[in-house]
Order: sequence, then C-alpha cells, then structure tokens
Amino acid sequence: MKLNERSVAHYATCDSPADHAGFLRKRVERHHHHSHHHHATSYQRRWFVLKGNLLFYFEERESREPVGLVVLEGCTVELCEAAEEFAFAIRFDDAGARAYILVADGQAAMEAWVKALSRASFDYMRLVVRELEKQLEEACKSLAACRKSPQRSSSSGRKRHLSNPALLPLQEKPAVLENGYSTWGSGGGIPGGAVCPDHDGGHAKPPPLPPRRRSAAGTAVGSLAPGLSPAMPESPVSPETDCFSKLHNWYGQEIEVLRREWQERQKRGHP
Amino acid sequence: MRYNERELLCLARQPAEKAAEILMRVPKKGSVLKKRLVKLVVNFLFYFRTDEAEPIGALLLEHCRITKEEENVFSISFVEEPERKYCFECDSEEQCREWVEALRRASYEFMRRSLIFYRSEIQKMTGKDPLEQYGISEEARFQLGAPR
Repeated sequence: MKLNERSVAHYATCDSPADHAGFLRKRVERHHHHSHHHHATSYQRRWFVLKGNLLFYFEERESREPVGLVVLEGCTVELCEAAEEFAFAIRFDDAGARAYILVADGQAAMEAWVKALSRASFDYMRLVVRELEKQLEEACKSLAACRKSPQRSSSSGRKRHLSNPALLPLQEKPAVLENGYSTWGSGGGIPGGAVCPDHDGGHAKPPPLPPRRRSAAGTAVGSLAPGLSPAMPESPVSPETDCFSKLHNWYGQEIEVLRREWQERQKRGHP
Repeated sequence: MRYNERELLCLARQPAEKAAEILMRVPKKGSVLKKRLVKLVVNFLFYFRTDEAEPIGALLLEHCRITKEEENVFSISFVEEPERKYCFECDSEEQCREWVEALRRASYEFMRRSLIFYRSEIQKMTGKDPLEQYGISEEARFQLGAPR
C-alpha cells in the first residue's frame, strides 16, 4: 500500500509542535525458527517524536528523516512486564499485530510517555474538541440570556451573540492561506467582551477513556460500499455533531464578512 | 521509512467519516482519472480500486492544502510540494464542496487549533479554563502559541 511518505517525513521534521519527544529504547523483534531457542531480545535507542496520532522514531535526535512511524489508532498503551524496568507496550486491537515494546529512562519519563500516548488518538482529540464545543455553546447561550434586548424576538437569541466581538471566531473556519496551509493567526484585536456572571454549567466529568475504534467485524458489512455510514452508534464520537454544525451555521455568515474584510486589508498591504 | 502497514490496513477497514466513488488522478506523469473508492478515516484518505478490499494507497492529511479547482473538481497537495496535486472529480458541485469541507477539517492539526480556540473563547467568556478539569491544561500541545 502506498503512502505519501515524503510528506509524512516532512511533517515529522517540520516545526509544527510535537506533543512529546524523548529517547526510548525500542525492543527489536527477532524471529527464531527453532522453538527451543529463547528469543534474544535486544533494544535500540531511538529518538521518538509524537505528533498527533503519529509516533515517529529517528536514529539520532538530529536525523533529518525518521526511520520509522507507528500510527496510533486502534491501540492501547500499557505497562509491560518485560524484563526491563520502565517498559511499556503499544498493543493493537488487531489480533496478531505485533506490539511495540518501549523502555523509558526512568519512572517519570515512562509515566509521561504512557500518558501522552494514551491520549494521542484522533478520537480522543475529537472527544475533547466536542466537549469544548458544547461548553462554548452553553457559554454563548448564557451570554445571550444575560443580554436583555426586548426588541429582539426570542428566536434570534442565538444570533444575538454574533454581534459580540468577543465571539468573532476568525479561525473557526481556517482560511486556506496562500502559503499552502492554514495557520493559526493571532486574530488581531479580538476584545475581551462582556463577562457573564459565572454560570455553573453542571458537573462536567472528565472525558471517558478514548473509545476503541471498533473494527467493523472483520468482513465489514458495507465497508466497501460507497456513501458509508459514519462512526458506529455506540461511539460517542460521531462526525456529524449537532452542536458543531449549529455553531458552524451561526458563525458562518460572520466569517464570510470577516474573511472578505481581512482579504481586503491584505490587499491594501496591512499586516 | 518503516511504518506499521498492517495497522494502517486495519484502519482502512474502519467506519469512515466519508466514502464515495470518485474519479482520482495521482500526480504522476501520464496518469489519468480513474474511478476509485475514496474513504476518509481520521486523518487518512484511503483509496481503493472499486472492487478490491485492500487500499492501493493512503494519504496522510497533515500540512496539506485542499483546493477547489474547476467545476466538480478539488485537489490535495502538500505544503512542501504544492505543485504535486492529487485531483478528484466528483459527480456534482455539492459533493465536491462537501469533500473539500470534510477534508479541510480532517487533520489533527485542525482539531488542535479548534481546541485551542474553544479553550481560549471559553476562558474569555467564563474566566475558567475548560481543560483544567480534564487534567490536560498544562500539555504543550494545547497552549496558545505552542512552541515551534
């Protein structure tokens, strides 16, 4: 199977923020055909860099290209009862897939890695983003409710907040800039906006453990059918989040206006 | 570069955010549009021959640019090689727009930025850091202006 390796390697080494990095020893699997031989286990010290759901490893810290990549989807990270101290394993749901046994330099390093890797999946990130979307929606509603505007009809309750400059999400729809990829601008001059009296939005629990991506039962009913259904019903992480699309619509119009203004300013040579 | 192809193949079998049969052309000399089953799973775009179970290939959708080209057409290119375009011809403008939208949001980097944005907005509005109760507020990847 082909992979856009050049781009992937570039992503590994470019200056986008790494989520975690450090030296780890990686167990090398050697295959022995004679069952009576015990496996000779050896370890290779590598420089590991975690970016999103991708764990890259390099021969040296200064290497310009990774020697390997572990895609961290559908896996669990657990402490390992290997002969080595501070060892942990990345194991995949896929039965028969080999695990990666990694050894850290010490207790703290091991714990930091296990923590970082357990939260590295795309699904986990999506879960947290959804939680925050909900919270923002609730905060918006609270803010809108704070403002008493007798002339407006109740149905425009949501629209009201659009005029609040504090809520201008310039980057909600990342503009694709000319340099090829959207960047996180500093969103010049978004004022603080009114602070609504603190509403306790209820007891938010910490997000549950990242849901295991359920493999679609081997033969995957319809996994090759076009126009597939999205994530399975029991997964909390459904791409079509009610909340997000609502937010999206609310902000949509405002974005268009702002984008146009921004582009015009750019043309006029403003920074 | 070694990678866990087996796990990637497994990922390709997972439920997709979006999948459709689309005409696709790879950035190779002399390549033509071919009908492919294109499937978006997390930040990977897999593409299959329509009658095969295993994908021909996968595109990691980080640091890529999704461009709306002419009618029904969009392309994917990568920052370091903007001229090398993977082209996709959809059945309709609507389908094209949906894919552009979905692909632009498909990167981990996009989610990271969204998270940072929401966090910042919630903090401004409520004075509270929403990440604190999840115990992840100190993580470098969630900071505004994360170190480069």
